[in-house]
Amino acid sequence: MNVARRGGAGGSVRFTLNGEEAAAGEGATVGQLVDRVVRDRSRVAVERNREIVPRARYDSTAVEEGDVIEVVTLVGGG
Amino acid sequence: MEPLRIRDRVFRSRLILGSGKYRDYDEMVLCWEASGTECVTVALRRVDLRHEREQRNLLDVIDRKRFTILPNTAGCYNAEDALRTARLSRELGLGELVKLEVIADEETLLPDTAATVEATRVLAREGFSVWAYTNDDPVAARALEEAGAAAVMPLGAPIGSGLGILNPRNIATIVARAKVPVLVDAGVGTASDVAIAMELGCDAVLLNTGIAKARDPVAMARAMKHACEAGHLAFLAGRMPKREMAAPSSPREGRFTG
Repeated sequence: MNVARRGGAGGSVRFTLNGEEAAAGEGATVGQLVDRVVRDRSRVAVERNREIVPRARYDSTAVEEGDVIEVVTLVGGG
Repeated sequence: MEPLRIRDRVFRSRLILGSGKYRDYDEMVLCWEASGTECVTVALRRVDLRHEREQRNLLDVIDRKRFTILPNTAGCYNAEDALRTARLSRELGLGELVKLEVIADEETLLPDTAATVEATRVLAREGFSVWAYTNDDPVAARALEEAGAAAVMPLGAPIGSGLGILNPRNIATIVARAKVPVLVDAGVGTASDVAIAMELGCDAVLLNTGIAKARDPVAMARAMKHACEAGHLAFLAGRMPKREMAAPSSPREGRFTG
């Protein structure tokens, strides 16, 4: 998936988002990724390279080349 | 009836229900209401990158004033993944509760008790209230308690099997030795299974498929509620001792026949 392109044809970073290859413009943040996939940030939690990214730091956390990002939410279970 | 207490959480109902396998969210909530539950389990999964925005999120469905959310670590096959899942659920705002499951293999879905003990120790240190899913094994239950579990949850039978309480003697032994609440989790197929677990002295029962896959889930939820109360009341009442031979209920004396 292609997310949060910024700065036109500038460089792009490739990373893994929920197990899929993804790309974004240089300088893209975790906050921009999250806003692309959900309506409400309070419905998800985010891991970047196995470290939790607190919600307060979404907008100041840049996505970097090779990052492995997981965005998770609640689903039905027993 | 005395409420269920697990650490500082208090629940008037001794049933905990899952949120999986229901036809839809509306039916699920009707079942929760019919069962009287005040605590429901949920799972954590990747958001659907393409469709999450159009879907109803489970957090929009659950009225958190009425239902406490107990996130599980279902689908984790090692301690590290269970820790990640618990921390993510806390980050999601679900608080300190975690239903810790570390599964040993996909076919049996039986717990890896050694890894569960290891994860319990870490999560308890991090301030989690760990409700630990385990085998019907009194030794494992004791180890989990010593590792800091807030409650131990032995299976009645394998997850989703509906086979009932396969080893009631072990469940009774776990109850007799435990200082933390004991909840039967998994294997409950019908109302009598809940009653048996509660008669054995369990503090509560956790179930999902037994209601979700009943022909009439809401009616089964009602049945489970009554079975849970009946079983608990019978436990408190103290059952009569079992005997090998018959004993008449009418007097032997004063018979005027033969």
